[in-house]
Amino acid sequence: MSAAETLASSVRADAPPAILLERVNKWFGALHVLRDVSMQVAAGERVVVCGPSGSGKSTLIRCINRLEEHQEGRIVVDGIELTDDLRSLDAIRREVGMVFQSFNLFPHLTILENCTLAPIWVRKMPKKQAEELAMELLTRVRIPEQAHKYPGQLSGGQQQRVAIARALCMQPKIMLFDEPTSALDPEMIKEVLDVMVELAATGMTMICVTHEMGFARQVADRVVFMDRGEIVEQGTPQEIFGNPKTDRLRLFLSQILRGH
Amino acid sequence: MNETAAPTAAHSALSAPRRGPAQGGKAVAWMRENLFSSWWSTAVTLALAYLLIRYAASFIDWAFVKAIWSVPTGANGLPDTTSCRDNPGGACWAVIAEKHRFILFGTYPYEEHWRPMLVCCLFVGLYIVSAMRRFWNWRIVPIWLVTLTLIGILMWGGVFGLSYVPQERWGGLPITLILATFGLAFAFPLAILVALGRRSRLPAIKAICVLYVELIRGVPLISLLFMASVMFPLFLPEGMNIDKLLRAQIAIILFAGAYLAEVVRGGLQALPKGQYEAADALGLSYWKKTLLVVLPQALRIVIPPLVNTFIGFFKDTSLVLIIGIFDLLTAGKTAFMEPHWQAFGVEVYVVLGIIYFIFCFAMSKYSAGLEAELNRHRRR
Repeated sequence: MSAAETLASSVRADAPPAILLERVNKWFGALHVLRDVSMQVAAGERVVVCGPSGSGKSTLIRCINRLEEHQEGRIVVDGIELTDDLRSLDAIRREVGMVFQSFNLFPHLTILENCTLAPIWVRKMPKKQAEELAMELLTRVRIPEQAHKYPGQLSGGQQQRVAIARALCMQPKIMLFDEPTSALDPEMIKEVLDVMVELAATGMTMICVTHEMGFARQVADRVVFMDRGEIVEQGTPQEIFGNPKTDRLRLFLSQILRGH
Repeated sequence: MNETAAPTAAHSALSAPRRGPAQGGKAVAWMRENLFSSWWSTAVTLALAYLLIRYAASFIDWAFVKAIWSVPTGANGLPDTTSCRDNPGGACWAVIAEKHRFILFGTYPYEEHWRPMLVCCLFVGLYIVSAMRRFWNWRIVPIWLVTLTLIGILMWGGVFGLSYVPQERWGGLPITLILATFGLAFAFPLAILVALGRRSRLPAIKAICVLYVELIRGVPLISLLFMASVMFPLFLPEGMNIDKLLRAQIAIILFAGAYLAEVVRGGLQALPKGQYEAADALGLSYWKKTLLVVLPQALRIVIPPLVNTFIGFFKDTSLVLIIGIFDLLTAGKTAFMEPHWQAFGVEVYVVLGIIYFIFCFAMSKYSAGLEAELNRHRRR
């Protein structure tokens, strides 16, 4: 079974792609970090991006909401092409939520204020409604009782779950995860992954950069393996982990399996 | 040994087994710990105690014991300061008693002194209200506008039956407070804009801000004040004249703005990049990101250097004396110009020092409290 067929089985084939990348190139100075990257993500699809450090996987998803600018190629998100036009950027950022490796909660605001800030100021939601929504999502990530604390008073796992709730408060169509569990102590990884698995079950379009292979096997429709700025292989978790075709992927898998 | 001292004594006995148990109360234990913990510390304690007793004693002697508090009026109707002059070992506080109104209000018409007095009270009230976090919202704007209007009406007069007092006759503490308050109130927002501008991606804005900071920082405040008072009027069209105090005020705002901008920029740079990215990713626009996420954090980080600069500028307002504006320090200097008071400058300077100290120390204490309060969220 090819990757495309797997895709079609879980996702409506006629829907336009949620994310489209066409021959995207990016350089940091002389360093070529993305080389001719092309990929499509269908609405509702869950994609895991993996690869050795420095392979460009974080840069790739940071280009999707333009925390980084690509220099060549096209990126179309939810039918809107990423250009220098600020209005299209605003529109895309409203539809795309992002969770960072280092949480990046706002330390001067309470958990609740962290969650309601963007709905109130970007979506112009009334404060009361924003707070209700935030409490609902904090309940979903199982920390409603921490709503009035400050981020500094929470553990890493709790902070990352708040960060997920904060992104979801904007009611995005697409969620990007940039190594969400890499900065966590091992005993906290599971609580964050559990929340992500639940989120995947709701049909959210997700792109997740992670080395958690258990998570990839459990929720990913597709695994994309990147190395040195290019997509080397992609397919279902079974294909990627069970039947790697390239030496680079085999080497990578042997390294991360030894590490675990 | 009483019971309260027992744990302390036991503790010091443990850490220094050769020392015998403390005889006496907590005070002795504290002194043993902090003043006499080693032969070196004992030597320093004794040396400092000697200096303290010797000089503090002579100061108290000068300031209180041998001091003269009032002098009689002489035959010519002027104060007779002979008794003060015959008493070189003691302070002559009579100069303060006699001249305090001139020191505080300068050449403001004597019978109208209640007006600058009220202005000083309004300023202090304004500081207190502004310091309360309860008023850190839109209400602070009308409060400032009303207070500053009242201050203007009181100082100038000419309405509501108040006699008109030209600006040349203002002086003393109100001038210092006006220069400092308006100076910092305008310089601070200016500084924030310049600091943001220096980090702007737009090359023109960035260049203007860098140029402004470097130009203003590169010259002494005195030369700026000279330029404002001497050169600036030359550029104005014939017949147009801007108030001298206003020109000095603008020079102070521009000068303070450049320094504060660099302090604020320090705070902006100390903020982790992730904070900017998180705000971007949530779709906050530049100004919302700056006002809701960046500045609240950046300004908290720079409270200590910010207040340091505020205090520095409060005192630097005294430099306006070189362009002939009668601030507190100049009024004080002028107060002992008269021949019979000439010998008593030290007393006047001591009092001026105390006045400046009260304002600066209040700022310092307030900022320490504010810092602790605002950084509560960092506590783990």
